[in-house]
Amino acid sequence: MVPTDTISAPQLYLQSLSRWSATEIAFWLATLLPFFLFPNYLSLASQIAITALFALSLDLILGYAGVVSLGHAAFFGIGAYAAGLFSKFVWGEPISGLLVAALLAGLAGYATSFIICRFRHLTLIMLTLGLGLLAFEVANSAHWLTGGSDGLQGVRIWPLFGIFKFDLYGYTAYSYSLAVLFLFFLGMRRLVHSPFGLALRGIRENLVRMPAIGAASRAHIRKAYTIAAAVAGIAGALLTQTTESAALESISFQRSADVLVMLVLGGAGRLYGGLIGAIIFMIARDQFSGIAPQYWYFWIGILLIVVVMLLPNGILGGLSKIFARWSRK
Amino acid sequence: MKRSLFAGAALLAVVILPAGANAQIKIGVINSYSGQFADTGAQIDNGIKLYMKQHGDTVAGKKIEIIRKDTGGPNPDVAKRLAQELIVRDKADILAGFTLTPEALGAASVSEEAKKLMVVMNAATSIVTTKSPYIVRVSLTLPQIADTLATWAVKKGGTKKAYTMVSDYGPGIDAEGAFQKAFKEAGGEIVGSVRMPVANPDFSAFVQRAKDLNPESIFVFIPGGAQPAALGKAFAERGIDPKKVKLLSTGEPVDETAIKSMGDLALDRISAWHYDFNHKSKMNSDFVKAFNAEYKRNPDFFAVGGYDGMHLIYEALKKTNGNADGDALIAAIKGMKWESPRGVIWIDPETRDVVQTVYIRRVQKVGNDIVNVEFDKIENVKDPVKAAMKK
Repeated sequence: MVPTDTISAPQLYLQSLSRWSATEIAFWLATLLPFFLFPNYLSLASQIAITALFALSLDLILGYAGVVSLGHAAFFGIGAYAAGLFSKFVWGEPISGLLVAALLAGLAGYATSFIICRFRHLTLIMLTLGLGLLAFEVANSAHWLTGGSDGLQGVRIWPLFGIFKFDLYGYTAYSYSLAVLFLFFLGMRRLVHSPFGLALRGIRENLVRMPAIGAASRAHIRKAYTIAAAVAGIAGALLTQTTESAALESISFQRSADVLVMLVLGGAGRLYGGLIGAIIFMIARDQFSGIAPQYWYFWIGILLIVVVMLLPNGILGGLSKIFARWSRK
Repeated sequence: MKRSLFAGAALLAVVILPAGANAQIKIGVINSYSGQFADTGAQIDNGIKLYMKQHGDTVAGKKIEIIRKDTGGPNPDVAKRLAQELIVRDKADILAGFTLTPEALGAASVSEEAKKLMVVMNAATSIVTTKSPYIVRVSLTLPQIADTLATWAVKKGGTKKAYTMVSDYGPGIDAEGAFQKAFKEAGGEIVGSVRMPVANPDFSAFVQRAKDLNPESIFVFIPGGAQPAALGKAFAERGIDPKKVKLLSTGEPVDETAIKSMGDLALDRISAWHYDFNHKSKMNSDFVKAFNAEYKRNPDFFAVGGYDGMHLIYEALKKTNGNADGDALIAAIKGMKWESPRGVIWIDPETRDVVQTVYIRRVQKVGNDIVNVEFDKIENVKDPVKAAMKK
């Protein structure tokens, strides 16, 4: 036990942030519920976990560092194709596939981060949009490698740890996706509650002031962007591995836009925002499209308008506001 | 341990449940009902609905129930998940639909693992049927059309030098490959080719390049929508006369909407396709009439795909006496032959792919209407890609 007087105030502040609350523990316990309550929905649950991981990676750069990206699917797609091609040409072991995907997506993120860190706001939106569309066209025209619009053929994933086959019911898929999501959530949680995380928030609030107090803003953005790219790559790889397919859709603008919508829906800059957003978006989509396969996007639109008008900081932002008001009384 | 216990319990539940619920047969239809391809999904659906309206919803004592799922576009991962859910959650007996190739490829492994019949009602890439022994296709394969057109163009169309223009995406590249290969094999010469961006509104530069090479014919493959009209205008502006230079294509660039927006510019265009609502037969005119009465529009090849797909399912169920087991159904469909609105078609027992007549048509004025008129046909065309694989 370290005596409290030797710990500085900022350290105490960061420690208080990273303490686990009962709600958080309850949330993660609840993620196990589908195994018992909805065993028929496990493949959906698995894709929700994957999308949540993807939203989490966007949250790091958008929610914390304030880097708006409309091309984040590029890294998701790079991860998806990397994992698919790795299983096709090297071997189908899933964990090593994840690492390769993370490495490649991370490298792509690192390379583009040098451009990203120079711009803000509208320019950045155009830039990331452009980079995302470029990545899409490259994947589209490299027909010999990616299979073009038919999707990548010949993805074969070995059983997890050599034991658990990816089954029709999605037991393995959900267990695997959930475990990876939790692992990276822990890492991300540690990251945003570190001095580095504070520096990112500083950049979001005032980019000009941060260098003035001695923070290397551009280096910070580059680091965060690279990490976010690698995590997005892992999410893409998970999707490829659990569905044994990779297609252009994984790298498309639609995916970049959807994940942004989820993050806005849930609340950016709060770690759980992306997770909640992904859960609500995916379940709403599944339910609405079950009712009306043609018009489900209409209801998603209504949902989004309602959330944005009534809860401008997303569902979590709104909830915490209500909670704060309630506890003040 | 716990995991395997639950897996076991779930498996047991699945084994027990269908035994009790035997009075109906559930068909899970996976299509693009929203997004860019929404209309194609809707037309397949119209075909399905019309068939069920005409033939009732009970076959061999079983009630047919349709469960529709939307993929939102060419998403293999979504299609695979929907197929899994349809089988695990909704206890579907048969999978059907599949507007786009990636959807069919995504669901293929599920049909193989679950041993369920999967009826492909559109997706036209050759390889689709090879991905699961339970897949059967009633629509077409793109090489079936492009290959036939190329051979016809050299042998009967009197053209030895062709230029190809295709959209730069999967189906375009497939069409280009099939056309060029067959054209050369028939003794023709490809004088040049170009791949155009999929979303390209201005074709004049590409058309000029084709014109400079002075080919006897130009083969075109572009997606439907606004592009056929834009390309038709570019041909006219650059002075390419369809009477002198043969403009060849598959059915999409000269479909009903495209001809309507092109008007007289579409005249004399030659195409190969497996279905047009102007096809002359009693069966087809009845079909078109019923379709118009129901949906206030003409059927297209998507609608025929849905209609024939349902026919196949109904007839197969009659043969198996209501047994929806994948192996029994697939055995029943092999070699099945019937008259469709497009003419007589049958299922190749070796490849489970459709064998049909390919019609060569020319756009002409009939009365006040500008329509595709069939003037030649090649019967019993099998998918050339799988035939070549066998050799």
